[in-house]
Amino acid sequence: MASLDRVKVLVLGDSGVGKSSLVHLLCQNQVLGNPSWTVGCSVDVRVHDYKEGTPEEKTFYIELWDVGGSVGGASSVKSTRAVFFNSVNGIILVHDLTNKKSSQNLYRWSLEAVNRDLVPSGVLVTNGDYDREQFADNQIPLLVIGTKLDQIHESKRNEVLTRIAFLAEDFNAEEINLDCTNPRYLAAGSSNAVKLSRFFDKVIEKRYFIRDGNQMPGFPDRKRFGGGVLKNLHYD
Amino acid sequence: MSFLIDSSIMVTSQVLFFGFGWLFFMRQLFKDYEVRQYVVQVIFSVTFAFSCTMFELIIFEILGVLNSSSRYFHWKLNLCVILLILVFMVPFYIGYFIVSNIRLLHRQRLLFSCGLWLTFMYFFWKLGDPFPILSPKHGILSIEQLISRVGVIGVTLMALLSGFGAVNCPYTYMSYFLRNVTDTDILALERRLLQTMDMIISKKKRIAMARRNLFQKGEVNNKPSGFWGMIKSVTASAPGSENLTLIQQEVDALEELSRQLFLETVDLYATKERIEYSKTFKGKYFNFLGYFFSIYCVWKIFMATINIVFDRVGKTDPVTRGIEITVNYLGIQFDVKFWSQHISFILVGIIIVTSIRGLLITLTKFFYAISSSKSSNVIVLLLAQIMGMYFVSSVLLIRMSMPLEYRTIITEVLGELQFNFYHRWFDVIFLVSALSSILFLYLAHKQAPEKHMTP
Repeated sequence: MASLDRVKVLVLGDSGVGKSSLVHLLCQNQVLGNPSWTVGCSVDVRVHDYKEGTPEEKTFYIELWDVGGSVGGASSVKSTRAVFFNSVNGIILVHDLTNKKSSQNLYRWSLEAVNRDLVPSGVLVTNGDYDREQFADNQIPLLVIGTKLDQIHESKRNEVLTRIAFLAEDFNAEEINLDCTNPRYLAAGSSNAVKLSRFFDKVIEKRYFIRDGNQMPGFPDRKRFGGGVLKNLHYD
Repeated sequence: MSFLIDSSIMVTSQVLFFGFGWLFFMRQLFKDYEVRQYVVQVIFSVTFAFSCTMFELIIFEILGVLNSSSRYFHWKLNLCVILLILVFMVPFYIGYFIVSNIRLLHRQRLLFSCGLWLTFMYFFWKLGDPFPILSPKHGILSIEQLISRVGVIGVTLMALLSGFGAVNCPYTYMSYFLRNVTDTDILALERRLLQTMDMIISKKKRIAMARRNLFQKGEVNNKPSGFWGMIKSVTASAPGSENLTLIQQEVDALEELSRQLFLETVDLYATKERIEYSKTFKGKYFNFLGYFFSIYCVWKIFMATINIVFDRVGKTDPVTRGIEITVNYLGIQFDVKFWSQHISFILVGIIIVTSIRGLLITLTKFFYAISSSKSSNVIVLLLAQIMGMYFVSSVLLIRMSMPLEYRTIITEVLGELQFNFYHRWFDVIFLVSALSSILFLYLAHKQAPEKHMTP
C-alpha cells in the first residue's frame, strides 16, 4: 500500500478557476458537489499505472497538491505557500477559459513555483515579468488545463482556443480544455485522458528513470546554491 | 449666461471625477479580475463622481466661486441624483447580481431582484421610525425623508470606522505590541504543517488503494438490486467500507488542522515582517506617530464621553473659536472675515481629502480580503453603496466644522434635519465602537502568544 513510489505534482492557478473540482475529478472520478474556497493547501492522491499495458507497467502514487490563494497576495501568504513548493516533480497550471486574467496570471504562478527552488532564502527576486529564458532550462514537466469549457459560447470558441494554444506553447506544455462538472471529458480512451496519462508518465520518468549517472535533473548549474540542491537530493 | 458657464464648469469637474473613479476601479480594485459587466464599473464611477461633486460644492461655497443661485440649483440636483442612485439603483443591482449567482433562480432574475429591492425599501423605511430625525410635517417621498435615513446609516458607518480606526492605528504603529517571533518558531510551525500534510497523504493513499481494489473486484459501482442483492449488501461489504469512513473522518479532522496551521504560519510571517519594518527608519517614525495617535485617541474618547454625559453639542466651529481665542486672549488683531474664509477652506479641504483617501484605502483592503471571482461584482456594489452613504453623511457632519455664514447652503437644501441628533448619534456609536475595539484587540493579543510558545 504505502510501499508504492510517489511523485509530487502541484496544481496552481487563480482562486475560483476550479482547481479543487479538477483534483476531485482526477482522483475520485466524481464531480465535486459543493466546491468551497481552499484555505492553505489540500492534497489528494491518484493511483496511476505507469506505462499501462506494457510489460514494464508499474503503479505509482501521484500526489496532487492544490495550493489555494491569489498570485498577488500578501508576502506573508507567499512565504507560507513557498513551503509547499519543495521538491516538486510536475506542475499543472489551471486557468479559467472565460477569464483572460487567469491565463495571464499563469506566468506569475509558474515563476513563483519554479523560483522557490532557486533561492533558498525564500525571497522572490523577480519582479514577476515573464522571461522565456528562465524556462529554457526548466526541467519540471508542465501541463496547462483550461476549465469551464461549457460556458464558452460556440462562436467564441475558436478565438479562445487559439489564444490558449499560444499560451501552452510558451510553457512548452500540453494543453487540455474541459469542464470539471462533466466526467466525460476525461473518459478512458478520449484524447484528454491520453494526454493526461502521457503527462503523468513523463513526470514519473523524470523523477525515477533519468537519475543514473551525471547530475540532478533540472539544476545543472545551480551548484552554487549548495543548500537547495542537497535538500532535493535527500528528498526520498 | 453665468448660469451656463457655471453649469459647464460643474459638468467638466464631474466628468473628471468620473474618470478618476473609473481609473481607480480598473487599476486598484479590479486589477486581478476581469470586468465582465461594465454596468458595475459605471455605477461605481458615477457614485464616486457625484459624491465628490458634493464636496466640491462645499469648497465653492466657502471660496465664493460661482453664482449663489446656480450653486443652490446644483446642490439640489446633485442631492437628488445621489439619492436616486443610493436608494434605487445600487440596491437593485446588488439584488440582481446576488440572484444571478444562485443557479436555481436564474430564469426569473428580474422578478427576484425586484422582490429583494422591495424588501430593502421596506427595512430602509422602517429604519427612520425610532429616531427623532424629522419634524413630521414633510411628505413621504421628499428629499428630507430619504436623506435622513441615509444619514443615519452613513453616520453609523462613519462612527464605527472612526472608532475602530482610532484604536487600531496606534496598535499597528507602535512596536510595543509586537509579539516576539523568531525564525525557529516559524520553522517549527512549518515542520508541523508539512508533517500534517504527510499524514493526510498517507491516509488518502490507503483510501485510494482500497477504493481501487474494490473497483477492480467490481463492487463499488454495483448497486444491490433485488431481494438477493439487498441481503448480500448487508453482510458482505460492511468491514471494508466502515474502515473507509473511519479513515475519511480522520482525514477531515487532519485537513482542518492543516488549515489552522497554515493560517497561523501566515500570521507569524506577517508579524516577522512587521518586526523587520519597525527596525527601519520609516518604522521608527511610525512608532513615534503611534504614541502621538494613542494620546489623540484617548482624548477623543474622553471628549465623546463628556459630550454624552453633559448633553452638550458644540455650538461654534473650531475656526471661529480659534479666531476668538487669538483675538481675545492673545490680542492679535487681524481681518477676521478674510482669515476665517481661508482657514476654514484649508481645514475643510484637509478633512475632505483625508476622509476620501482613507475611505478608498480601507475599501481596497477590505475588497482584497473578502472578494473572490464569483462575488466580486456584488462586493464592489456594496462598497459603492457604503461609499455613497459615507460621503453624504460627511456632508451632514462637516457642517459643524464651518463658520455660520457658510452653513446656510447646507441648511437651506437639506431643510429641517435635526443636525444635533446626528452629532449625538456619532458620539455614541464612536464610543461604543472604540471601546469594543479595545476589548477585541486586547483579547486577540492575549490569546495569540500562548499558542506559539514552544516548550
